[in-house]
Amino acid sequence: MALTNESNEERPMRALFIDRIWPTLKVVISTIGSIAVTMLGLLFITFIIGRVMPIDPVLAIVGERASQAQYDEVYQQLGLDRPVIVQFLFYIWDVLHLDFGISVLNARPVSEDIARVFPATLELATIGIIIGIVTGVPLGVLAAVNKGTWIDQIARLVALIGYSMPIFWLGLIGLLVFYGILGWVGGPGRVGIFYVDVVPSVTGLILVDALLDGNWDVFKSAFSHIVLPASLLGYYSLAYISRMTRSFMLEQLSAEYVTTARVKGMSEWNVVWKHAFKNIRVQLITVIALSYAGLLEGSVLTEIIFSWPGIGSYITTALLSADMNAVLGGTVVVGLIFILLNVLSDMLYKIFDPRAK
Amino acid sequence: METLLDVENLWVKFPSRQGVFDAVRGVSFTLGRERLGIVGESGSGKSMTGRAILRLIRKPGIVEADHIKLDGVDLLTKTEKEMRAVRGQRISMVMQDPKFSLNPVMTIGSQIIEAYRLHNSASKADAYRKSLEMLEAVSINDPERVMRAYPHEMSGGMGQRIMIAMMLIPNPEILIADEPTSALDVSVQRQVLDIMDKLVKERGMGLIFISHDLNLVADFCDRVLIMYAGRVVEVCEADKLHDAKHPYTRGLLNSLPRLDQPSKRLEVLQRDPEWSQTPSVSGRI
Repeated sequence: MALTNESNEERPMRALFIDRIWPTLKVVISTIGSIAVTMLGLLFITFIIGRVMPIDPVLAIVGERASQAQYDEVYQQLGLDRPVIVQFLFYIWDVLHLDFGISVLNARPVSEDIARVFPATLELATIGIIIGIVTGVPLGVLAAVNKGTWIDQIARLVALIGYSMPIFWLGLIGLLVFYGILGWVGGPGRVGIFYVDVVPSVTGLILVDALLDGNWDVFKSAFSHIVLPASLLGYYSLAYISRMTRSFMLEQLSAEYVTTARVKGMSEWNVVWKHAFKNIRVQLITVIALSYAGLLEGSVLTEIIFSWPGIGSYITTALLSADMNAVLGGTVVVGLIFILLNVLSDMLYKIFDPRAK
Repeated sequence: METLLDVENLWVKFPSRQGVFDAVRGVSFTLGRERLGIVGESGSGKSMTGRAILRLIRKPGIVEADHIKLDGVDLLTKTEKEMRAVRGQRISMVMQDPKFSLNPVMTIGSQIIEAYRLHNSASKADAYRKSLEMLEAVSINDPERVMRAYPHEMSGGMGQRIMIAMMLIPNPEILIADEPTSALDVSVQRQVLDIMDKLVKERGMGLIFISHDLNLVADFCDRVLIMYAGRVVEVCEADKLHDAKHPYTRGLLNSLPRLDQPSKRLEVLQRDPEWSQTPSVSGRI
């Protein structure tokens, strides 16, 4: 319209930029912007927690019997003599360089510890949520389609057990039965004792590292160790996911477009999966993202029972020994995961719901 | 007149803890290549009658009848799988509000193509071409764009024309229109009706037109069944609707405001409990 007086070569380029590239670019910029702002808020909170905690970071390093000179030296090294705002800026600078300080417990950089424990949790949580999705979603749909029948009742019972059984009890009984008596699965730990550190750590995910190395023995051992804890976490996700799927699905099944699909002569299977299910994807993503984020935070009890060196037990141990650098570092990582999962589910909304564009 | 559909003694029952609720009670009628109106107030069982013919009453509802014959074959003896070949291909239905009756997350094109390919083993390209033709037949000007669009991008009138196109694409013999214009603006109601009428006539179809709008039905249909409390209380020629005899029909007509007979107060319908006790009038020819 307004572009008519431009030369012919310029127009398509410019139109392409305005129609296609610019909207995408705008989305990318605003997404990065919102991540940055949320992250800044998170860092502000962790920074404040670090300051108001009644734990003297200098004393934690030098010990109680250090001289005043030693104390002052460390005080200055930590930058505690500077104004608070400058300290905050330094803190942001450090975090941007993945520097969360030194753990007072083992005198190693916190970032190295997190790089070691987080993949363990990631591996466990990912397999757990996959188990939760592939069992929970069909179970919920099945319950909704057969509402009020014995199938619905069984689905309800399965979820109820998942909700109400304490995980430490299920974990211990699981270990007793499947590891102790039947010997079907590996025991506590990520991998059998003979296979520890056999494959080089590339990703930190033992299953992936074993595959990359082509070492099937390690893979089998790691798999047999992860099956039980991941199934337990999966079962807990199943309880929540299946109940939510059922209620989302019931809402859709009473919608008019479902009747339209039946009037067309469509089979019940296709009515459910091709029409109704497509409409619950957006809501399901929220539920799954929340469950997954919960698992990535580290399930402390599961990690302790299965001697799983994950981020949940890491943060808990650090907290109990007043290792604030480790606690805050872990908190920042967990917070970042929540933010990223939120952004990811927002992006998936836009793919699955044409009205969200 | 040739009979397409023959319904005898149709009941729709909903068992509950308080006892059985009868939504439709012994309705009988036949449908030829005509426009048959069913009118009545909310809850009179008119929509249930339409859905019962397609056997789409949801559990725990039960459909009972002496027979529901389509071209002499009783639909009640068919299996669910055989019924699926009837739905869409032989009897189809347009519902009230296109905002709800179209799937919001699927493109309009994929929904129309799906309706066609469920009953015709056509290639995707053929189905696409056929869908474009069908959209043109319901006076949609830019069918290519509409095929790519989603339902929320359409206006109500357009949405209902799309519904009509989608429901007529497998070439059914009978169309049940369940309050097809109630959710539309008055200005587009007539347009949608005209399009539906034209297509139904061209194809020699039978139309069951369910509505609560007496004037619209009197204007648009050939014959009218008046339903009350699950029963047919009166059957008449549509152009003679204003001379109806039954006190319920009379009451409905009197409660309508009229431009040529202004009155200060509209009459309120006085219900007689006896109406819901008297047996259904047969709408058979």
